[in-house]
Amino acid sequence: MSEMWTAKLRTKWQKELPIEKLLPDDQPAYVASWIYVFGVLTLSALAMIIASGIVLAFEGPAWYHTSDAGKFTNSMHFWSVQLFFVFMVIHLWGKFWMAAWRGNRFRTWATGAVAFISSIATAFTGYLVQTNFDSQWISFEAKDGFNSMGVGAFFNVTNLGQMLLLHVAFLPLILGVLTVVHVLMVRKRGVVPPIDAEPALSNRGPQ
Amino acid sequence: MTGWISEFMNHPATYLKIGWLQISVSNLLVILLMLATFALAVFLPFPKGHDDTQEPRT
Ligand code: HEM
Repeated sequence: MSEMWTAKLRTKWQKELPIEKLLPDDQPAYVASWIYVFGVLTLSALAMIIASGIVLAFEGPAWYHTSDAGKFTNSMHFWSVQLFFVFMVIHLWGKFWMAAWRGNRFRTWATGAVAFISSIATAFTGYLVQTNFDSQWISFEAKDGFNSMGVGAFFNVTNLGQMLLLHVAFLPLILGVLTVVHVLMVRKRGVVPPIDAEPALSNRGPQ
Repeated sequence: MTGWISEFMNHPATYLKIGWLQISVSNLLVILLMLATFALAVFLPFPKGHDDTQEPRT
């Protein structure tokens, strides 16, 4: 076989994530429970956040702070974030109580955990760029926290430009990549079987 | 802002204090609603869809 990296990557990809696994039309019976819906709900809320965020970015604060349609889009962005966190935390509880890191799924859990932390950072910078008394109060409280942790030289939370760029460029990019990797890993390994459906004397589910 | 929602929300939050624990009523409500949603997701039966893996009957 060709030694080119393209060929190696293709072979590995076809072996580990063939299209049947990437876009399945059938799932094991145990997946028929509402708790498995919360990953997709989180994903849908994230899609709403990104779509409304793009509109906010194009129109700018002079529009979204004054016009009715602007305020509506701004609220859509805000409330999608609230739902995103509610869904994500219920998803996390579900995966925690079913120990969904079993069967070589540690990386699925870990990317989820890091996505959770980056969501907090994204939401935090979002609150900092409201350009109102609320954001002013939050940043002045937070700067003392950051300085006491010794990271004040890297994150100046009172610097609106830095916070805005982190909120609309860097952090969504990180969160987006983590989410894609997270979902691809679920697809690659398949949904973890319930604890009592696992083979005896083994903590590894079918791969 | 006008309307009953802004009337309803336009005052400082009420806080509950139990020893060292202090939480606003609104935050407590959100947490309780999340726990309730979790319980419903676990215990409510999931609707059964049609089985499209079956061979069409001839
Ligand atoms: C950006 C936020 C997140 C999104 C969009 C997301 C999305 C998803 C989706 C669509 C699934 C498959 C369907 C399901 O079982 O619900 C899934 C599975 C999973 N998620 Fe998340 N998730 C997120 C955050 C998290 C967090 C915070 C954790 C835990 C720390 C986590 C842990 C897991 C695990 C372990 C699985 C795999 C379950 C299995 O293999 O059966 N996820 N996620």
